[in-house]
Amino acid sequence: MSDAPQSTPASPRPAPAEGFPAAGNISDADREELRRHGILLTSLEELYNWGRSNSIWPLQFGLACCAIEMIAAATARFDIARFGAEIFRPSPRQADLMIVSGTVTKKMAPLVVRLWNQMPEPKYCIAMGACAISGGPFKQGYNVLKGIDRLIPVDIYIPGCPPRPEALLNGLIQLQKQIKGEKLTGPDAARHTRADLPSEYPIPAYGAHDLEPAKNPAVWTPPAPPSA
Amino acid sequence: METVQQLRDRLAARFPAARVELVLNPGVAAEHSLRLDAALGRDIALFLRDDPALRLDYCSNVTGVDWPDKEITDVVKTTVPDPAGGPPKIVEEKSVHVQPGCLEAVYHLYSMSLKHGPVVIRLRTGNRADAVTLPSLTPVWRSCDFQEREIFDLFGIVFAGHPDLRRLLMWDEFKDHPMRKDYVEPDDYEWEPTAHGAVLERAKAHQLAAVAGVVDPGQSSANPPKAAPGSTTPATTAPVKEAKP
Amino acid sequence: MSCSDFNDLDAELTAFGHPGGSSVRAVHDQFHGDLLEVSMGPQHPSTHGVFRMVATLDGEQIVKLKPVFGYLHRNHEKIAENTTYLGSMPYTDRLDYLCSMSTNWAYALAVEKLSGQAVPDRAQYLRIIMAELTRLVNHACLVGFLFNDLGTSFTPLLYAFREREKIIDLFEALSGSRMMCNYQRFGGCRVDPTPEWLAAARTLVENFPRFLDEYERMLTGNEIMLARTQGIGRLDPAHAVNAGLTGPVLRASGVDYDLRKVDGYGFYPRFDFRVPLGAQGDTYDRYMLRILEMRESVKILVQAFRDLPGGPIMDPKAKLRSFRPKAGEAYGRLEGPKGELGFYLISDGTPNPYRYRVRPPSLINLTLLEEMCLGHTIADAVVILGSIDIVLGEVDR
Repeated sequence: MSDAPQSTPASPRPAPAEGFPAAGNISDADREELRRHGILLTSLEELYNWGRSNSIWPLQFGLACCAIEMIAAATARFDIARFGAEIFRPSPRQADLMIVSGTVTKKMAPLVVRLWNQMPEPKYCIAMGACAISGGPFKQGYNVLKGIDRLIPVDIYIPGCPPRPEALLNGLIQLQKQIKGEKLTGPDAARHTRADLPSEYPIPAYGAHDLEPAKNPAVWTPPAPPSA
Repeated sequence: METVQQLRDRLAARFPAARVELVLNPGVAAEHSLRLDAALGRDIALFLRDDPALRLDYCSNVTGVDWPDKEITDVVKTTVPDPAGGPPKIVEEKSVHVQPGCLEAVYHLYSMSLKHGPVVIRLRTGNRADAVTLPSLTPVWRSCDFQEREIFDLFGIVFAGHPDLRRLLMWDEFKDHPMRKDYVEPDDYEWEPTAHGAVLERAKAHQLAAVAGVVDPGQSSANPPKAAPGSTTPATTAPVKEAKP
Repeated sequence: MSCSDFNDLDAELTAFGHPGGSSVRAVHDQFHGDLLEVSMGPQHPSTHGVFRMVATLDGEQIVKLKPVFGYLHRNHEKIAENTTYLGSMPYTDRLDYLCSMSTNWAYALAVEKLSGQAVPDRAQYLRIIMAELTRLVNHACLVGFLFNDLGTSFTPLLYAFREREKIIDLFEALSGSRMMCNYQRFGGCRVDPTPEWLAAARTLVENFPRFLDEYERMLTGNEIMLARTQGIGRLDPAHAVNAGLTGPVLRASGVDYDLRKVDGYGFYPRFDFRVPLGAQGDTYDRYMLRILEMRESVKILVQAFRDLPGGPIMDPKAKLRSFRPKAGEAYGRLEGPKGELGFYLISDGTPNPYRYRVRPPSLINLTLLEEMCLGHTIADAVVILGSIDIVLGEVDR
């Protein structure tokens, strides 16, 4: 995989098949009735999403204080294994989920993007804690990236400084809900099925005064200030 | 342990060529320090480490301090007798002179074997621009290694004789010295819903600059000119023209 | 490549490990044959955060090791110089995020030294209680992480975090936050614990030696652990002193320097406790020292709960708002769980410090990492790093 900045994926994915029979033409009540008779009826999409959402492998990757709470979420008391996400992979090639747990400094940001590019699709990103969302208490730091969503797309934001392990678990459940609702076909298909959406993002370079570029306009546009 | 005054006198006797000044600390802690002659800094440091009465074998803390140029207003009062015979007038003459700034490295020394300390020593550079070299004390105390690299990185003091003088915290391509008082940080304070306090002020300044075309909002700008204090007012109340520096 | 070229490796290392670069590279050298450079970190499961080291290997042996810092440099000092004295207190929580109570105290100590602020007796005892509970949390977690590095993936850490959760629950009940306690103030503490809290804390402390016995029964005599730690990463005392190493790493080499005894800050002189010392200065000594220090901390805590006086927890003359110390400077330090944690402050009479500097024990304890690792295998370097006990929030600040 090339690490050169690029906006389109290196190998085009097959275009979604048109006219694929849409899942769920049978009503939930009918399905429930069938299930009571021992017949499980599901769509490929549901089965696929059910499997994916219950075995999310996070990247073993701690940045700062929030990483300690992430470890705490994996220990016996909070037990992230109940949600099928206890297999922390040290290699991005084996991971589905990047939990950006802590302050992303400008020195670290290119490496975070590079790790994200190395993760295979489908992949998800959780911004854990105030620092990963916006710079948090360290927003005024010259070396602090003011939110990881300036460089890579973020699916779930978990506020807190640091968020409690329960908050991380809640974020994980929200992510599972998102995955379960993903479509494989059609115009609102999930990101990883779409050939026109990038899977890799430009890696900023270390500049003389700042990162270059400091943000990715394709991913993030600043909110409009109130017009008061 | 001897007092700092006694130590100063002993150093002055031992190193007659060196200027050793006593810097009084007016605060409650009263930890007075010694400003050493930078040229003989390493010799004096070796003496402090090996002197049997001091044995300052442990250099705990090394830090830089930035003292920018300071404008000092001198007021000279002269009494002018009134020719009319009235009471003499006091005439104040004000003159402004600039005290040149410098960078300073401060070392806190303790003795682990004799369990005393601290002895605080300071080294000063000539100015803040071109004469910023100080002797490295890493050959004397290995603990200065990373801390002097950090000062080199954040303050820009060049430590002559340091075995491995590279930036410690920022990346190598970085050009600035961020802990200096006049450092202007990159302007990436776009408006965000949670902004408040100082961050909100900076976001407003950034927005003004973007409206005025100083910063392209889609692109980062390296070291933009610092916004004037007056330009931090909201965009609606300040005309666009005034935002231009 | 000639011998002198080998010394120029640093320049190459700069380019190596750049975001576009590879993490493994072969280097040729006339003495060592093929050398291999391995960039470990900043994303690596056993570098305890975003620490990075570039190791040059001859086979599996380390011939050169350069630490690289700054991946968590979040400008604590610059931010602190632009905010009030009290405004920096929450930031000190995030320096050493495992031990917020002791970093709070170190900062409060420095400011109190700067301003001459007195502290009531009850607050002094509470501070010692919090600092020693923090030491228990830190050392228990350290041992857990150390065994992670030794390859016992996660199990000892589960036991350590079980105890950590109990102590952290106490901190949360007292201060409102699990990790970022923000508890100390200039001239006292923020919240007075209730009798129920004190009773719960006392029960926890009384039961802690049982956990330590359980922990030691599982770990200390373990054959693999002994083989992997004894004689590994030796550190001789003269070098350690010259390199400014402090805390358990220094004492494991046999240097008797504990600021609780040397400086006698707070009310520590009133307490009866011993300072454990190592003899060999190897990884095993550093491990055992932590276990022994935890037992001494329990002794201190038992005495503190016994002698805790009543009275106010804040000096009534303490000023929180519009706090402006007189111009001057002060360096305050204490014995944190990782070593000498110091704050150097220069006041110019304004509400913000003119210069604010943290003396980070984690950073300075890494000074001799290369010397400790030379000649050992890369797997041992991970264990040596684990035994030094760093936290990146403090290394990079």
